[in-house]
Amino acid sequence: MSDQVGPAAPAEHHPDPAVVRKTAMWAFLGSEVLFFGSLITTFLLYRSRIGEGPGPADLFDIPFTSVSSFVLLMSSLTMVLAHHSAMRRDSRQMRVWLLATALLGLIFLAGQVYEFTEFVHQGLSIGTSPFASSFYLLTGLHGVHVAVGVLMLLATAFMSFGGRLRADGGMNVEMVGLYWHFVDIVWIVIFTVVYLLQV
Amino acid sequence: MTAVETAPHRSGIWGWVTTTDHKKIGIMYGVTAILFFLVGGIEALLIRTQLAVPDGGVLSADAYNQMFTMHATTMVFLVVMPLAAAFANYLLPLQLGARDVAFPRLNALSYWVFLFGGIFLTMSFFVGGSPDGGWFGYAPLSTQVGEVVRMDYWALGLNFLGVGSIMSSVNFIATVFTMRAPGMTLMRMPVFSWMIFVISFLLLFSLPMVAVGLFQVYADRRMGSVFFDAASGGDPVLWQHLFWLFGHPEVYVLILPAMGMVSEVLPTFARKPLFGRSFVIFSGIAIGFMGFGVWAHHMFTTGLGPVAEAAFALTTMLIAVPTGVKIFNWLGTIWGGSLRLNTPMLFSLGFIALFVVGGLSGVTHAVAPADTQQHDTYYVVAHFHYVLFGGAMFGIFAGIYYWFPKVTGRLLGERLGKWNFWTMFVGMNLTFAPMHMLGLNGMPRRTYRYPEGLGFDLWNLVATVGSFVLALGVLLFLINAWRGWRRGETAGPDPWDGRTLEWTIPSPPPVHNFDEIPVVHAEDDFWHRKYGVDEEGHAVALGYEAPATSPPADMHLPSPSYYPILTAAGMFLTVTGLVYPPWGLLLTGAGAVVTLWGLFGWSMEPLTRGSGS
Repeated sequence: MSDQVGPAAPAEHHPDPAVVRKTAMWAFLGSEVLFFGSLITTFLLYRSRIGEGPGPADLFDIPFTSVSSFVLLMSSLTMVLAHHSAMRRDSRQMRVWLLATALLGLIFLAGQVYEFTEFVHQGLSIGTSPFASSFYLLTGLHGVHVAVGVLMLLATAFMSFGGRLRADGGMNVEMVGLYWHFVDIVWIVIFTVVYLLQV
Repeated sequence: MTAVETAPHRSGIWGWVTTTDHKKIGIMYGVTAILFFLVGGIEALLIRTQLAVPDGGVLSADAYNQMFTMHATTMVFLVVMPLAAAFANYLLPLQLGARDVAFPRLNALSYWVFLFGGIFLTMSFFVGGSPDGGWFGYAPLSTQVGEVVRMDYWALGLNFLGVGSIMSSVNFIATVFTMRAPGMTLMRMPVFSWMIFVISFLLLFSLPMVAVGLFQVYADRRMGSVFFDAASGGDPVLWQHLFWLFGHPEVYVLILPAMGMVSEVLPTFARKPLFGRSFVIFSGIAIGFMGFGVWAHHMFTTGLGPVAEAAFALTTMLIAVPTGVKIFNWLGTIWGGSLRLNTPMLFSLGFIALFVVGGLSGVTHAVAPADTQQHDTYYVVAHFHYVLFGGAMFGIFAGIYYWFPKVTGRLLGERLGKWNFWTMFVGMNLTFAPMHMLGLNGMPRRTYRYPEGLGFDLWNLVATVGSFVLALGVLLFLINAWRGWRRGETAGPDPWDGRTLEWTIPSPPPVHNFDEIPVVHAEDDFWHRKYGVDEEGHAVALGYEAPATSPPADMHLPSPSYYPILTAAGMFLTVTGLVYPPWGLLLTGAGAVVTLWGLFGWSMEPLTRGSGS
């Protein structure tokens, strides 16, 4: 290839921290794609294996889950607004939108807790069938991701209140945002594959 | 030397615990992995002692199961991977011309997760027995809940270690993409750095798949799910797919760093550029991609059907092509070179020879009908020890002998080094070559004894003798390493007439690596600074002298931090608690609090020290 001695290609002496961190976050999210991909594959393999227990048609309340999905989608909007405020260095607005995002995330989680409780009452425990096992593991681990996101949102807001978020605070918000949007997109896939496509 | 720290082994223990310096972290990775290498080696010797004669009585069947499971788990996850991580940590910033990796504290966390993960797996020996279901933990064997907790340690331990590996991968990928010195284009990157870059992607995309499988195993064991319970409609073959979707890329994670090291050593000691350098790099990338398409050749006896088996047989033969390309490139590098047969070179040549043997027996597995015969016999054991010990470990030993002077400032003894090489080379062949015969004669893996008169006696005895010769070789290495570290010959910055950037700086390197960030003009940049070419194409020394420089005034160095070890300790408590539900969940909760405390303190902490910040 370029064995000849040529002019040095331009490169940064001090790489832009935002670029470094975004590269890392994208790499990590790439890994997460495979993580949820494996969980969804397991679900697809098992979704018709309901044994003696209740199946998707008996359990899923599509209007309810549509509402909670809508809530989660709206949290992506508030996340964008939080980032937008951070870029304008309006930390008051930013905190409001961060907390709003966290609140929407918590509402979604509450909906999931309600849904799980309801399903258990209808006779679907984790050991009922392979369908049950794969459903709870997939949606449960997604819920864990939402919960981690809520913690990150609250921590960022808390840092901002304490004045610990420095001038580059917009970058932190952007990182949390990347993660948050990713978790939302995964939910769109889960909602479609698990709830809507009941062939 | 300047006033900055140059002797890493003299700083206090707190300096090591809180360090975020990639060089110290690399040394800690290396030393820890060598310790685990001894543990895994002792397990191997116990196995071989048990099998030395028919009806061996050294180990019970139960102890034997623990030994082969932990031998493999230790060697794969606690020795070869962390040894590669040790070199990657130490060398990646030096080869790229950077001050450190992209995320120094994350790097420290990766190390502490590795250490605590290793302790977690190993401590199972003392609390009811270590994992005993094989390193690939086939369900439903691995999910059968007994009163013992052995496979919980395995499932949780592997996931715990996996978290550390994913963090390292993210870190190295970000480092390669963003921290290269001016002029260090991707294709000018040293081959070792390239291979680390490739395996980072392999780990990044393969570990999450086995992580899901391990969650499922744990859920089946402890939470009552039925993923792999055939009676309830679960499918154990799912586990095999999830495991080998990780397990086969993992094979390349183990071998590619060694290939990278050999690709650095051979050109230096042949005094020629690496033959077809870009081909070697692209072959590494091709192996990385194709490594995700061959996993089911581990499952030829599962009953996947002729179409799937034919497809995977073909991809398996295909992946031998880029591997073969590399072999010929290495041979082409040696061809016509002025060879210096120092110990790193010997290990590299040994690597090529043994890897060819292992590679050839590997291709025979691609023939599905033949593989059905070889499956789970000692033939397979012979194959993967030729590629993992003869390949990966010989490559790593070449790397150790090659870069030891850079890390310590002292050379390893050549005489002892040659003894080290030859005992290991002879021992390795004595141990593993007979296993080909044993396997083809039908001796199954993982049986703790065999009766007399099946034709297994002689070769088993030879293999056991060989394993002790091998152990002697490792002992010689330890003596050599100790003597070299204490009173080895002073190396100077460039003892081998090296070609890459790490040889431009003092040995051991100062804490800030480079006084001035180098500007790179060519592949093998350092070589071109030292040598020109005359009309006949021969190298002519240009009379290179290291420029006198001084440390810059405004360095940004990562400050020490105890949050990484705190976070890792919290994670350790979390997983330990998960082994013992329900009361252990209290420990898990406490661990989660500690982890969050660590992460929160981490995000509050300023990044750098030095006059610039």
